[in-house]
Amino acid sequence: MAINEETVKHVAGLAKLEIDEESLKTFTNEIVQMVEMVEQLEELDTDGVEGSYHGHPQINVWRQDKAEKGTDREELFKNVETQKNGFVEVPDMFDKGGSDA
Amino acid sequence: MNFLDYTLEELHEKLVNKELTAVDLIESVYSNIEETDDEVGAFITLNKEEALNAAKKVDEKGVEEGNVLSGLPIGIKDNISTKGVKTTAASKMLENFIPIYDATVVEKLNQAGMISVGKLNMDEFAMGGSTENSAMKITRNPWDLTRVPGGSSGGSAAAVAAGQIPVSLGSDTGGSIRQPASFTGLVGMKPTYGRVSRYGLIAFGSSLDQIGPFTRTVKDNALVLNAISGTDDKDSTSYRGNTPDFTENIDEGVKGLRIGVPKEYFNEDGKETTIEKSVREALDAYKEMGAEIVEVSLPHSKYGIPAYYIIASSEASSNLQRFDGIRYGYRSNNIGSLEDIYVKSRSEGFGLEVKRRIMLGTFSLSSGFYDAHFKKAAQARTLIRQDFAKAFEEVDVLVAPTTTSTAFKIGGKIEDPIAMYMADVLTVPVNLAGVPSLSMPCGFFEGLPIGMQIIGKQFDEQTIYKAAYAYEKATELYKEKPSLKGGE
Amino acid sequence: MNLEPVIGLEVHVELKTDSKMFSPSPAHFGAEPNTNTNVIDWGHPGVLPVVNKRAIEFGMKAALTLNCGIANDTKFDRKNYFYPDNPKAYQISQFDKPIGYDGWIEIDVKGEKKRIRIERVHLEEDAGKNTHGDDGSSYVDLNRQGTPLIEIVSEADMRSPEEAQAYLDTIKQLIQFTGISDVKMQEGSMRCDANLSLRPVGQEAFGTKTELKNLNSFNNVRKGLEHEIKRQEKILNAGGAIQQETRRFDETTGETILMRVKEGSSDYRYFPEPDIPNLEISNEWIDEIRASLPEMPEARQKRYVEDYQLPEYDAVVLTATVEMSDFFQETVEYGADPKQASNWLMGEVSAYMNSEHMELNETALTPKALAEMINLIADGTISSKIAKKVFKELITKGSADVKALVEDKGWVQLSDPAKLLPIITEILDQNEQSIEDYKNGKDRALGFLVGNVMKQTRGKANPGVVNKILKQEMDKR
Ligand SMILES: [Mg+2]
Ligand SMILES: [Zn+2]
Repeated sequence: MAINEETVKHVAGLAKLEIDEESLKTFTNEIVQMVEMVEQLEELDTDGVEGSYHGHPQINVWRQDKAEKGTDREELFKNVETQKNGFVEVPDMFDKGGSDA
Repeated sequence: MNFLDYTLEELHEKLVNKELTAVDLIESVYSNIEETDDEVGAFITLNKEEALNAAKKVDEKGVEEGNVLSGLPIGIKDNISTKGVKTTAASKMLENFIPIYDATVVEKLNQAGMISVGKLNMDEFAMGGSTENSAMKITRNPWDLTRVPGGSSGGSAAAVAAGQIPVSLGSDTGGSIRQPASFTGLVGMKPTYGRVSRYGLIAFGSSLDQIGPFTRTVKDNALVLNAISGTDDKDSTSYRGNTPDFTENIDEGVKGLRIGVPKEYFNEDGKETTIEKSVREALDAYKEMGAEIVEVSLPHSKYGIPAYYIIASSEASSNLQRFDGIRYGYRSNNIGSLEDIYVKSRSEGFGLEVKRRIMLGTFSLSSGFYDAHFKKAAQARTLIRQDFAKAFEEVDVLVAPTTTSTAFKIGGKIEDPIAMYMADVLTVPVNLAGVPSLSMPCGFFEGLPIGMQIIGKQFDEQTIYKAAYAYEKATELYKEKPSLKGGE
Repeated sequence: MNLEPVIGLEVHVELKTDSKMFSPSPAHFGAEPNTNTNVIDWGHPGVLPVVNKRAIEFGMKAALTLNCGIANDTKFDRKNYFYPDNPKAYQISQFDKPIGYDGWIEIDVKGEKKRIRIERVHLEEDAGKNTHGDDGSSYVDLNRQGTPLIEIVSEADMRSPEEAQAYLDTIKQLIQFTGISDVKMQEGSMRCDANLSLRPVGQEAFGTKTELKNLNSFNNVRKGLEHEIKRQEKILNAGGAIQQETRRFDETTGETILMRVKEGSSDYRYFPEPDIPNLEISNEWIDEIRASLPEMPEARQKRYVEDYQLPEYDAVVLTATVEMSDFFQETVEYGADPKQASNWLMGEVSAYMNSEHMELNETALTPKALAEMINLIADGTISSKIAKKVFKELITKGSADVKALVEDKGWVQLSDPAKLLPIITEILDQNEQSIEDYKNGKDRALGFLVGNVMKQTRGKANPGVVNKILKQEMDKR
């Protein structure tokens, strides 16, 4: 499939990475090579083959619904750079929204 | 003291006999590191004070007889979470990150009385095969300091190979324990997927990652695997079945053992490389010891590399999204907006190879490419699994080279990512299949160790250890010691 | 152009488990920010999710209640996107194999019944909460992060805001009966997004839709839809085209405003969650969950009509909420006459709840006390007039023994003829004229005399008994 600088920019956007114009060419080149390499798979006949998405076929693993006290907030905030009144502070969200869930 | 001179059992005996104290051992570790780590560059972080305190406690309490590991030092790969001790994954992204919890394997080592002495260098986020992708430092191969120790667990391998510490933990997503073990003449085990809890291992490829030990001897390795294995309620993918004692009947021998030789793991044009010759010699040795050698086929092996790079990179692209500069980790100084926190922090915090893989993974999962990439790779994975399952209907273990070359020169491949990827051809199918595999030395070429891997059935590490132990006893290659010098 | 609205709803319901969907931290409201969280909720490096079994069972309960099939094979997937309230930058959700599929519920709009199909019910984790300051910063609280959710996705089967509201009412009612959630929109344990498009009446194909968010009350769902219908109508009637976009309902202006345009680029890169093994749900397990479901409103209504001879109207009102229905049931089990219990609950009790803005369980009234009071009225111990006083006492303060209460307060009705006779005799002696009037057929005279007795006994006399004795005594004279 065709990969060019535009595709690379789009994918970088999804991954929240910035690729400066300088390295865009080399980077695109490398990605093209990587994609060509993995696309060797195209020749493989996988009709009717169920994919494997887990490390092993174990099923039905769960825990009982038992609550444990939350971690000490001070501990959790040790690695936080910007905080206020027990909240993690971030620059204003452009859409003043929340996740869609 | 040089840890190359002793097995874990010998060290234990010295502790029990009071010839040595745990404090002596820990002090030896740090003096070894002082002596050799300027050259080797294995450690990123040392926690001398805590280690000495822990050793004092062991000495006060007395070493438990029969608990071989108590009071013995161990080094930990820097992608395993250690409470209160910096854990960087060799990334600028986490250069100042101090975890607030211990990985399950660390808890288990503590329970066994082992003393963690520090954190070991690696390729950033375990992506690489030479440890050159570390944002922290270069690690050198103790057998030849101009060469790489392999990767991604290069620090874990180099530290043990240099005799700084007797054992270490690494992680293996596509060969990251076995390949460095092979490059440094060590025993390195990638256990069955699910054998060892991944809780606290900074995820790379979640369906592929496993933690495992680096040791000089096979039995040492089995002892450490004993300590870190088991079902973990915090890891749903940890195995719900039994955990055996891996040292049990380890000296049983290989009489009647059926050893498969996968033809795809050898050059099929008849021209054997030195490495292949070395493995063939090992197979001859096995035959002499009473094993049966059978040629088998793993027909989808050539799809291992593409399937692996798609799956590992896709999972990694998602796993590494949490490094967003908000709750922990690197945050750019160049922040004007929320988008900047994400984009600038990630672009400045991740190294080049990590970005390449995130890009490949994001690409493989994105709409329009998912079916041809991710789904196709998952299907290829099924076929590879079936290959192994079929082979294991006929044989008990498979024996093959671990790598296609011995340790290469620092800087030798780093400019060519694809060549670097292709070098994993013999190790990645094992991770895709989820089966266990151990690499151990089977010879030397121009002063550099050659590695052979013994691949087992799922959750049958015991048979691997038996086979490895028999070969080790017959050859005693572990007694060879590295020069700690460069390039002669 | 005669345009018809086409509405589909996505409803999120928070499950009332003790711990979170994939971590053991508490899943409760109202704590200090970031105190009900742990390293898993924060997505610290190396942590892993473990599924809460009860959340799966709650999901099954919801799905069964909404007449869905339960998937024997189901799994979790990652939905990838960056947002500060989404710490892993992926939400663990379900993509192509939701736990429940192909369901339906029946709604009732002004007596007209209609079946609304449900496409799917899936399990997922909630995100944290962002608050937006006016200081250029936003603030993140991860307490809600990881709370178990079900997402209920309807087919686009609704044709008016009224139908949408009836659908939500019914979902709320049904889920509430299962006990898996509080389903309170004002507290966010039930949330609703709407997809709305218009098409010419008679046309099969759907028009371009917009997605409405922030519909955080039943009223706002209706108002938001009404406004959005008008907005789209205006555009279409003027020959314009609808843009596919997400709009937010603004409570203060009553309008919908543009949030973001969908460029078709919201690429979530869903893939199976490798950290969580697949689920295989056996038919036995499904049967077990089905058997554990409480009796649903419709079945209860039927039983009330058949077993208790209640009017259908009463049965419907009493089963509007599970609290009311359970309360009624218990009152009857304490021996109250069902119709009397129904009258009190639909009358005085509901009036009190409305005027005080209280839920039934927030009042002091218990089914036992209500039943005792009803029985005390029935056996004449208290008069229905006094009963109002008793009721006030029971619903504000409560009582463990209503009989003792009315005795204590001196509210017991005077029914003993031996005690009433002297009083009646005295009154008759003082009112010769009334006796005469009574004998001349003037009924009012009897009322006057009863009134006097009531006055004399400060309302405690049993009017029935007084009536009877008065007649007897007058006949004797
Ligand atoms: Mg949705
Ligand atoms: Zn949702």
